[in-house]
Amino acid sequence: MHEINSLTILGGNDKDDNCDFVDSIKILKGEIIGVVGPTGSGKSTLIGDIEQLAQRDTQSKRQILIDDAVPDNDLRSDPRKKLVAQLSQNMHFLADMKVDEFLRMHAKSRGKPETLSGEVIEIANTLCGEPLGPENHLTALSGGQSRALMTADIARISDSPIVLIDEIENAGIRKQEALKLLSGEGKIVIVVTHDPVLALLTEKRIVMENGGMVKIIERSGKEREVCSKLAELDERIIMLRETIRRGETVEELI
Amino acid sequence: MLSSLTRALIDSGMNPSIVKVDCLWTEDDKRLGRLGVPVKAALSKDMCPDHFAIYNTEDMLAWAEDNGSDILLNETAGLCLRCAPYPNDCLAVCVIDITSGPNNPLKVGPLMTSADVVMMTKGDMVSQAEREVFRERVLEANPTCTPIEANGLTSKGSVELAEIVLRSKDVSSDMRLRNNPPFSICTLCAGETRIGKEYQRGVLRRMDGFTDYRGE
Repeated sequence: MHEINSLTILGGNDKDDNCDFVDSIKILKGEIIGVVGPTGSGKSTLIGDIEQLAQRDTQSKRQILIDDAVPDNDLRSDPRKKLVAQLSQNMHFLADMKVDEFLRMHAKSRGKPETLSGEVIEIANTLCGEPLGPENHLTALSGGQSRALMTADIARISDSPIVLIDEIENAGIRKQEALKLLSGEGKIVIVVTHDPVLALLTEKRIVMENGGMVKIIERSGKEREVCSKLAELDERIIMLRETIRRGETVEELI
Repeated sequence: MLSSLTRALIDSGMNPSIVKVDCLWTEDDKRLGRLGVPVKAALSKDMCPDHFAIYNTEDMLAWAEDNGSDILLNETAGLCLRCAPYPNDCLAVCVIDITSGPNNPLKVGPLMTSADVVMMTKGDMVSQAEREVFRERVLEANPTCTPIEANGLTSKGSVELAEIVLRSKDVSSDMRLRNNPPFSICTLCAGETRIGKEYQRGVLRRMDGFTDYRGE
């Protein structure tokens, strides 16, 4: 994996062509950053800018620097050199292919060994209640299975120094495990989320409004406390959900 | 895609003219007309749109020249995907929809396999993995092309395409098609409507691959 030390977002403009309030933000290796804001506030656009390493040539006119410099052009398009892995909001595959055939083709496009396919399927099955196999058709997978496969694919095949995650909480998969799997050692992780557990795990959050970056909130000590309490609570909720899934009755709050 | 390319070219100081070839009906001339450049819509009606575009290439170039344009953008429908109206001197751009699935690049034929640039649109509707698999399939079918991820709504990819357009060379008076069209004359094109082997003429191929010539 290509090593990078920092990613810098230089501000552009919002939907009404007003300048971003935040004129620049530098994210260092190992940091997890959140992106928050109401529907239509420009969260996915910001993620899109980072994914294509925008050079003032997108609607937002933002610019992305890697290690304080303008990235080479082929880093933007060639999947073999790509610095960015993205888990988008898409819940389903459209490709009329079998799981194994698709994963082999994707590994090839990223210059990785095609034998990774089996490993990806194994990981996907740890994230999702309903197991999937190499001979399944992509289009027949459920939303949860699709997202689990997309997540595992990013962890092994699209293994990149920058990871973008768009709304993992709606995915029907184990979200904290998924985030742990995706973030890895020394990566830059940017996650769009309103899930309190995930949002408070991030050290900083970029607040979006009307297409612009309006402020950056640093996580406070209080928030850190709330976060660890929430994580405990979330763990209990997951266990209760499993109890209900197994068809058992809930006797008490564990 | 054509609108955002035109805007990008105008921003770089170019003066384009546009011809949009369609088959039966189009409103694109009204839409494109708002860009403030000369626009002509041309309907091929009963004629194959690719053949129509090839037949009218000289007239389109002359019309653009009369407008004082330095570049002609010609968009055509391209229906059966068996041939392509690309002259060797022109920059050939194929627009393909990623949601059509990663097997589609193998089905398209010369329209994609002989293009210089392949614009892959609607990538925002699928996962990154699917976009990358699609790109791989495009490169398998056409290893020398430049694939560009594009989005007509956000203009993504249009600046990259405009840069390639600006670098492309001028046309000469002796242009050739890049590839051969399908087998000679088709009886159906000549107006035959009866079903049955005995009514068909020309170079004909059976389902088992046997090829025969019937006619004068």
